[in-house]
Amino acid sequence: MTLHQSFRRKASHVIVHADALAVRHGLASLFAQEPLTCLSDDLRGTAEIVMAEVLNNIVEHAYAAQSGAIEVSIDLGENGLECTITDSGAPMPSNDLPKGKPYALDQMDDLPEGGFGWFLIRSLAQDLQYARFRDQNYLRFRLPAHALVA
Amino acid sequence: MSKILGFGMKVVAQQVGDALVIRVDQDRIDAASAIQFKDQMRLLTQSGMPRVVLDLAQVAFIDSSGLGAIVAAMKGLGPAQKLELSGLTDTVKKVFRLTRMDTVFTIHSDLPVSLAKAG
Repeated sequence: MTLHQSFRRKASHVIVHADALAVRHGLASLFAQEPLTCLSDDLRGTAEIVMAEVLNNIVEHAYAAQSGAIEVSIDLGENGLECTITDSGAPMPSNDLPKGKPYALDQMDDLPEGGFGWFLIRSLAQDLQYARFRDQNYLRFRLPAHALVA
Repeated sequence: MSKILGFGMKVVAQQVGDALVIRVDQDRIDAASAIQFKDQMRLLTQSGMPRVVLDLAQVAFIDSSGLGAIVAAMKGLGPAQKLELSGLTDTVKKVFRLTRMDTVFTIHSDLPVSLAKAG
């Protein structure tokens, strides 16, 4: 049995209330269970950066006007961690994912204090997909998981 | 030598020579603590110490709000003040590298020996 097969059925599922402190606790819970505990430190760091940015963005934007729940599912598949995040907040502007453009860092007086979120997500997550269906936002992406440790 | 304790967000500042060493005694600077962190940095750096070294060795994770708070702390310094960073852990380093903020800050791998008294 390969490592991938042995971890194939590992999946996790949490529901997080849309506020910053609940996101912190939700991440702690996700990262304390399989499949995220199976990752190397490096990929775990990558996964936590992406998850934190995705969840914080939902709290700050989708649920800017109202609160609600965020559902996180993580499955270990053949090609990495398949992540699905669902919320019932406002749709993405123009029904599309933000570009996450790089920004200029040459003006010391005018350094950006935000806007890094989608840039980080796009740098680290693969196969990002967004859909709006029945008043819910569905975000799917894949995270690298090749360096699985037993 | 003065020691100031922050509330909630655990931040400890200590003056060593002409430098102010600010140690974050918390394992993350995230969206839930970024505003508090920013406020404490503003309070602690008000004295105008020319050299401010932020010791992040205890911080295992930072998100974009935390990164924004560190950038804001630097921009909030007086013209004669400079912010340096020290002891970035692996994931924190990754966030700085990906956003290219590692090109903006002076980053020490460990707290410089001359400042290491701040314990």
